[in-house]
Amino acid sequence: MSAATETFYSVIRRQGITRRSFHKFCGLTATSLGLGPLAASRIANALETKPRVPVIWMHGLECTCCSESFIRSAHPLVKDAVLSMISLDYDDTIMAAAGHQAEAILEETRAKHKGQYILAVEGNPPLNEGGMFCIDGGKPFVEKLKMMAEDAMAIIAWGACASWGCVQAAKPNPTQATPIDKVIANKPIIKVPGCPPIAEVMTGVVTFITTFGKLPELDRQGRPKMFYSQRIHDKCYRRPHFDAGQFVEEWDDEAARKGYCLYKIGCKGPTTYNACSTVRWNGGVSFPIQSGHGCIGCSEDGFWDKGSFYDRLTNIKQFGIENNADQIGMVAAGAVGAAVAAHAAVTAVKRLAGKREDAHHTS
Amino acid sequence: MMDVVARPAEAEPDLSAIAADAAGEHGVGRPAVYVYEAPVRICHWVNAFSIIVLMVTGYLIATPLPSVEGEASANFVMGYIRFAHFAAGQVLAVFFLARILWAFVGNHHSRKIFYLPVHRKHFWKEVLHEIRWYAFLEREPKMYVGHNPLARTAMFTGFTLFVAFMIVTGFALYSEGAGIDSWQHKLFGWVFAVWPNSQDVHTWHHLGMWALVAFVMVHIYAAVREDIMSRQSIISSMISGERQFRD
Repeated sequence: MSAATETFYSVIRRQGITRRSFHKFCGLTATSLGLGPLAASRIANALETKPRVPVIWMHGLECTCCSESFIRSAHPLVKDAVLSMISLDYDDTIMAAAGHQAEAILEETRAKHKGQYILAVEGNPPLNEGGMFCIDGGKPFVEKLKMMAEDAMAIIAWGACASWGCVQAAKPNPTQATPIDKVIANKPIIKVPGCPPIAEVMTGVVTFITTFGKLPELDRQGRPKMFYSQRIHDKCYRRPHFDAGQFVEEWDDEAARKGYCLYKIGCKGPTTYNACSTVRWNGGVSFPIQSGHGCIGCSEDGFWDKGSFYDRLTNIKQFGIENNADQIGMVAAGAVGAAVAAHAAVTAVKRLAGKREDAHHTS
Repeated sequence: MMDVVARPAEAEPDLSAIAADAAGEHGVGRPAVYVYEAPVRICHWVNAFSIIVLMVTGYLIATPLPSVEGEASANFVMGYIRFAHFAAGQVLAVFFLARILWAFVGNHHSRKIFYLPVHRKHFWKEVLHEIRWYAFLEREPKMYVGHNPLARTAMFTGFTLFVAFMIVTGFALYSEGAGIDSWQHKLFGWVFAVWPNSQDVHTWHHLGMWALVAFVMVHIYAAVREDIMSRQSIISSMISGERQFRD
């Protein structure tokens, strides 16, 4: 594809910006950031020498909703992310090349940018039957994934599929769809969960890596802290109704029209880590709760297997039955209560009988 | 070790003790042993009260009350319920910790609910005896100064383990609101490595509540029953600290 590695400067020039304007931009940036007199030339130098980060974007078992989300990014615009910020060398869904021509790019990138490219994975590999449930370029996807992961700088696991497994990994998971971090162990993996992830979160992660040349700070579960350290609930605009104790009881009741909290009809906001309530969707227009529907927790592990999206207490399947904690607990407590009552009754009867016997014995 | 008061099941009642007993309230024949030291008793009642508050408020957090009228800014029902839950949870955690510390300083009864001598044959034999007693297969209960081995097992699982589980999962859930940089998250965030989806932690915390409900029922029933049946004080012992043997 590209003969030599492209720098940011060459991209800037290609877009018709003169060298004079480029230096003006560097000077202005240094001044507005309050940096010293040498900063302008250092910024210019960085942009002239720093190569654009090559990105290989692969698709395993997925629905392409991550790509669909990504191309709708508004800040930054996806065109800027794809055409200026990164060097998207391979994306079999949207690239012009096809067949052997496309596959050759993988080998080329691997050889030329060893340890420098980012592997962005949408979807996950199914491991059952030797990976036969996802064939990509005549080979099981898992082989392609492992091959490209070997020389990657880092891996971005796009979406719930690559991060957790998502719907194809829901029970009973016939294809044994497996999240990326369970297949690749020796590379840094950034999980960007969501079904799909928010467009601006996706481009935000890409922007961070290209700007700072390092991975963003991750939380305990491998998600970027800047987008996934708080729950939907923590920044929800309906939170005051939750604290006040004002809940929607049924769809289309008076409370729903007043915009009360959706907790009682199963909103998973209190257990879902994502940026929906702050960044929102479609350029900040809305997000599920704002549209009157509870959060379904799509960026959480195994969200398909937690029972109804409309129940607060989720199902427990560990016991071979589908019941929620209250149903199980009440049955258990009821059983214990009945046992206690029965035991007390037997004790009382025995004691009376014993007393009578003792009385009989002593007389 | 097991503090079994020597009292063979078939022994003749000690007539002199009974005679003395009739003479006055604290007769010579009514031996009393100091079992539960003051910190143990204080911890017991504070924990009991906290657990009741936690159960009620916890249930109401999972299944909130009907909506209140008026502006959101004028109401704080859920807020107060959650505050009570968190406050009681922290009180329980502090007194649970204090109780553990007391196990190192207090008398040997204070240590019993924190471990089981599972390696001793004697222990299992006496557990079996207690099970037979509760199954109405034994005519006479054995007498213990502290907990009987079955009660000890129940206390260890039903109280020590369950409450520890509730404290750990509780603080982990609290850390979600307190934030990723909070000490709660640093100390208890590992819970989310066990259950990556916090919905599962909620579910287990909720099940733990029901397990404690079952424990509380058994605990109170056993205490009342033993107080009557095994001729030794149980309930008043947790107030006075003394165990009296009525025979």
